[in-house]
Amino acid sequence: MDLVQLQRQLVDYRTSLYHEGFLDEQFTQLQSLQDENNPDFVVEVVSLFFEDSERLLNELSKALEQQIIDFKRMDGQVHQLKGSSSSIGAHRVQKLCIVFRNYCEAQNVEGCLKCLQQVKHEYGIIKTKLESMFQLEQQILNAGGSIPV
Amino acid sequence: MSGNGASSSSLNMISGEDVVNNNLTALVVDDSPLLRLLHDIHLKKYGLKVQVAENGKVAVDLFHLGASFDLVLMDKEMPVMNGVEATKELRAMGVTSMIVGVTSKDGPGEQQAFMEAGLDYCFEKPLTPEIISFLLEELNKHNNKD
Repeated sequence: MDLVQLQRQLVDYRTSLYHEGFLDEQFTQLQSLQDENNPDFVVEVVSLFFEDSERLLNELSKALEQQIIDFKRMDGQVHQLKGSSSSIGAHRVQKLCIVFRNYCEAQNVEGCLKCLQQVKHEYGIIKTKLESMFQLEQQILNAGGSIPV
Repeated sequence: MSGNGASSSSLNMISGEDVVNNNLTALVVDDSPLLRLLHDIHLKKYGLKVQVAENGKVAVDLFHLGASFDLVLMDKEMPVMNGVEATKELRAMGVTSMIVGVTSKDGPGEQQAFMEAGLDYCFEKPLTPEIISFLLEELNKHNNKD
């Protein structure tokens, strides 16, 4: 695939992520903060989001396996996940976290279990999509091109 | 300056280029490394010198050691010492920095309780360029009055 095609593919891919609700304008804000002084800023922030999310999802899974569930602690963890997903524009994950917090507040175990599965699913999707997008960007840079805005 | 809550809808849209300032200092207080990085880079883009703290106690300790900052971005929910406690303590120490609370979009009373601790403003996280521009305009106005 030549450079122009790669760049077009990236633009189309990015547009689809917004159109399908995976990303919101906060991701655009992130991209606007990247410049020659911070050339890897978006990748750094998104990597922190991946680390945060995986840790929190792991903790939430363990919490829901306990005999006595600490809903207050879980609520705090979902709150953190909501904050970090909102900060990078991971729209679907953020929205699910709002529902998840309601179930924590209601101490509804079934609701929490269902939400956790949904959040894990959506997180998996956005992680794959963002990694694909970064790979495409790298291909463009390796071909000597620039990333289209 | 105390207790002047402002919603993002009442902000004037100011170009970021108008408020780049190399003299202002800021402290970002947040237990999330992601939010610390995000706000750190964002503020540095406007020319501020930025330090970060991972909870309210670290922030308060910095001031006890004699540090001063023009702007403090204070997260609300943090371990060890949360934003409400840290803000109360800073104001009790006589700190007059602009303290801006950053909260998640949660219960209706959340921002009000935080404001009452002694904030100048409270906004939802993450802060947008428009909000940061507004805060810097307010800081510049305040500094010009001194």
